[in-house]
Amino acid sequence: MSATVGNANDAHGHGDIHVDYPERPIQYQTEDGALKIAGFWIFLATDVVLFSCLFATFVVLRTHTAGGPSGHTLFDVKGFSEETFILLTSSFTGGLATFEMARKKKFRVIGWLIVTALLGMSFVGLEVSEFVNNVSIGATAQQSAFLSAFYTLVGTHGCHVSVGIIWMTCVMIQVAMRGVTPITARKVFMVNLYWHFLDVVWVFLFTVVYLMGVM
Amino acid sequence: MTQQTSDSTKAAQHGHEHGFPWQYVLGYVFSLILTIVPLWLVVNHVISMSPLTWAILGCAVLQIVVQLFMFMHFTDSDGGGPAYHVFTITNGLLVAGLFVFASLWIMSFHFQVS
Repeated sequence: MSATVGNANDAHGHGDIHVDYPERPIQYQTEDGALKIAGFWIFLATDVVLFSCLFATFVVLRTHTAGGPSGHTLFDVKGFSEETFILLTSSFTGGLATFEMARKKKFRVIGWLIVTALLGMSFVGLEVSEFVNNVSIGATAQQSAFLSAFYTLVGTHGCHVSVGIIWMTCVMIQVAMRGVTPITARKVFMVNLYWHFLDVVWVFLFTVVYLMGVM
Repeated sequence: MTQQTSDSTKAAQHGHEHGFPWQYVLGYVFSLILTIVPLWLVVNHVISMSPLTWAILGCAVLQIVVQLFMFMHFTDSDGGGPAYHVFTITNGLLVAGLFVFASLWIMSFHFQVS
């Protein structure tokens, strides 16, 4: 049995959302939503494979420092620890946004998404300043294979985070305009899945690149 | 067409009916512990290189498991059947593990080639 629900938060009165499965959690209530979320998990699996290629390259080339700086010289424990705690906390606050989405608390969802995006921006800021600092002391990507692999791996993760921040901002605007509907709930759910995934990748980055670099 | 709500979806919904996000708070606390422990082990040179490597890798894997289940609701289905995406992600992780491990393994023969 399907139902059509009006969008109570939609001030503009654009069409009703056709709910296929009203008994499911809100993000799965449309057939479309369930399929898109399943598709997004498949995308995340491909992103895992992407990062694994970059990781494989890095671990093979980690000792190829060509007489230039190694992780030991470059990596600053305080810096990468801050990045780690900031990203972990942002993953937690994103989860809280999903929690509030399930309870249809529009303003709390937006609030937690704002906090998550702000933490994400400070993460990217820290990472950019780390890269700038490295380059200023001559540790460029062209210096050695180790550095090329490092910048490619960590930089790809940083780009993913940056795109995620933009995406999250778009989702917050949609939630602000249309409220928590099965469609905006799907979007909040997906952007948070992406964000959690990025923290999962960072756990490995932190361990394999930074911790093993300074061991 | 309605389907019976599966147990895992009921569990997810039940978790959300509680006023407090226990899953996320516990996941966060466990992740913090699993981050601080390897950090402390490395910074304080507590154990030697080889067991240290295994220890921090072990903490990383545990933390990922924690985050997969407690943040990402990995095994929660959409309510319409099994959580098919578990298979997809497991497949992706196996491929990923293979790429990294096999690369390390094949490059370990470097002393045997000119």
